[in-house]
Amino acid sequence: MFPKGTKRKFSDSGEEAVCGGGGGGDQGPSAPPAPSPAVARTLSSSYSLQRQSLLDMSLIKLQLCHMLVEPNLCRSVLIANTVRQIQEEMTQDGTWQIMTQALAAAQCPADRLVATEVLCRQTEAAAAAAQAGQSPKPFSVSGLEEGYHSEEVVMDGDAEAEVAMSSLSPVSPQLSSASYLAGPFGMGPCWEDDEEDADCDEDEEEDSEECASEGEDAERHHLRADSRTGEQVFGTFEIKHPAPPPDPALEELFSDVDPSYYDLDTVLTGMQSTPKMGPYDLLESLSSHGPTALSSSATCRSDLNELDHIMEIIVGS
Amino acid sequence: MGEDAESPKINHTFLRDYVTEADVISTVEFNQTGDLLATGDKGGRVVIFQRETEEAGEVGDSGEYNVYSTFQSHEPDFDYLKSLEIEEKINKIRWLPQQNAAHFLLSTNDKTVKLWKVSERDKRPEGYNLKDEEGRIKDVSTITSLRVPVLKPTDLMVEVRPRRVFANGHTYHINSISVNSDGETYLSADDLRINMWHLDITDRSFNIVDIKPANMEDLTEVITAAEFHPHHCHLFVYSSSKGTLRLCDMRASALCDRHTKLFEEPEDPGSRSFFSEIISSVSDVKFSHSGRYLLTRDYLTAKVWDLNMDKGPVETYQVHEYLRSKLCSLYENDCIFDKFECVWNSSDSVIMTGAYNSFFRMFDRETGRGVTLEAWRENSKPRAVLRTRRVYTGGKRRRGDVGVDSLDFTKKILHMAWHPEENIIAIAATNNLYIFQDRVNPDAQTQ
Repeated sequence: MFPKGTKRKFSDSGEEAVCGGGGGGDQGPSAPPAPSPAVARTLSSSYSLQRQSLLDMSLIKLQLCHMLVEPNLCRSVLIANTVRQIQEEMTQDGTWQIMTQALAAAQCPADRLVATEVLCRQTEAAAAAAQAGQSPKPFSVSGLEEGYHSEEVVMDGDAEAEVAMSSLSPVSPQLSSASYLAGPFGMGPCWEDDEEDADCDEDEEEDSEECASEGEDAERHHLRADSRTGEQVFGTFEIKHPAPPPDPALEELFSDVDPSYYDLDTVLTGMQSTPKMGPYDLLESLSSHGPTALSSSATCRSDLNELDHIMEIIVGS
Repeated sequence: MGEDAESPKINHTFLRDYVTEADVISTVEFNQTGDLLATGDKGGRVVIFQRETEEAGEVGDSGEYNVYSTFQSHEPDFDYLKSLEIEEKINKIRWLPQQNAAHFLLSTNDKTVKLWKVSERDKRPEGYNLKDEEGRIKDVSTITSLRVPVLKPTDLMVEVRPRRVFANGHTYHINSISVNSDGETYLSADDLRINMWHLDITDRSFNIVDIKPANMEDLTEVITAAEFHPHHCHLFVYSSSKGTLRLCDMRASALCDRHTKLFEEPEDPGSRSFFSEIISSVSDVKFSHSGRYLLTRDYLTAKVWDLNMDKGPVETYQVHEYLRSKLCSLYENDCIFDKFECVWNSSDSVIMTGAYNSFFRMFDRETGRGVTLEAWRENSKPRAVLRTRRVYTGGKRRRGDVGVDSLDFTKKILHMAWHPEENIIAIAATNNLYIFQDRVNPDAQTQ
């Protein structure tokens, strides 16, 4: 009846503990008692595993949208609210930072799993970057028909980096350059493409084009990731009005080309990009870390079955 | 598809079970007298059934429903601006009160509402002066006398013609339409807006509710259903994905963004989970025939609300509480987003709603008890008595009980209708329509 995927094998008991079990009331993790770092440690691992799995599932659902028909807005809003809720709770726990940093440190394999045609017509994107000192702005639904927002990527210089992601403009001029920047500065380019992927506004006529181009960008970023220096540069910066995405047809032609030369421009302008971990970042890292084990995060999946499962979802849709 | 004799070599079972997507019924609605029953499907077609009138003197079987007319209401469309297809699936059908010999109904897909006129023709004029029997123009020189055409009976013909097309009123997907008791206006609701139309005017509509935030990033709540009050033409209610109901009075202001009454059940903090909001989303809202109560359906329960009390429902019925421990899996396979409808019986004493595994549930409001029934052709022959079913949730297992893990989640009863006066129900099960009649208590009585 239910697909026997990794989620079952991964945390059958965990799932039942969190999502199952008898008794009254909804099953599921109840809100942590106090938003202190100590809470993160006291939370049961099965709870946090289940929460992570729920987050992964939600992000995949948001990505897998219909090609031809407008996705159900009610469903999208409910899923987005769920992601937001998880994000808020994880931020309170402090686990959000841990997870994003773990993913940042992770190796990103060259092969991409998420097909470009899947990354389209997003109805949501993560909220705009939070102001300094505030908790990350909750994940939200972005403009369906209007609201081409400029991208803002803000990062503080230390471990307490705000985790946020801006909503994307389909006509994002500097976005590509922002992404390219991450490469030589070694800040995990494998998920920076999320920002591009997430900006497929369903009202943008060239959505599929956008998506295709962004998917291709992602490919390049992966290649670049392997060649990155590992140097990590921190700094406070802001990038507005990202660059326009390249022509998708060209993308396909040059998908194997190392685009590091693009970085020169942005390097010379002194702009640096270290994208924050947002919901879409997580999705990218999920699908990209593949067989490589992520050492520092117990919450990330790393087995082939997970990839197969994701592929089934993608192909199945 | 017919029942094939199964060849020993070739297994045709898969053909039998295959359901054309276009045949899936997406809405069911009786008209105000119950003589007509309309169904809409995913292929944009509407099928109208008519109840056979009882012949005087026949041994008392209530009339059965036979196909009266079929027509294509909506066609697939394409939004060129967004490069998206517009599905032709009929989301809702609502009948207008009958005013003359013809019947009128509103049908809607995601974007366009249409008014259809259903009329009968059983006579035709014969004896034209200028045309012969085949319709050819006669040679004028052969006409020597004048005669008056006579109406002669002919085979019954049902004509369905579109009378109005209410287009371009909605940016988002229409989920509800509701005819006002004034007989002149109706509302159509999409995810973020509700418009009021006049039945005779297609190029204008009034926007009466708009919950679209200035910044779409701030969107956290959508409209899920809306309905006019059955008697008060100035009142309507709409439900949201956060489980709230808003009663609005159109006399208060032109734009009813500020509700007159907000119906919300306080959340039980002890039972909060990540799925709390999703399962609290109201999938359907219906006024009682009396206009005093509201019936709502969320994922696990059906609730009755008193219009005079906004603090919480007066009655809550557990439809399939055994699914509460399965919410994670149901979220995974998207079943948690299924939108079940709910209906009142004619005397407002019984409520009914659908579930999975072809099950549907009826609750007697006086006793609070519920029964589970099944709409599945393998188990019901025509005129057979429906057996009550049970989902096994513990305790002594009875024969015929179905385990929770054996439930077929692809067989969902989402759409249904209850005859306005009698105990006749119409249940849509995928591509099949079941009509059940209560022979014991054919007329609605308070039980």
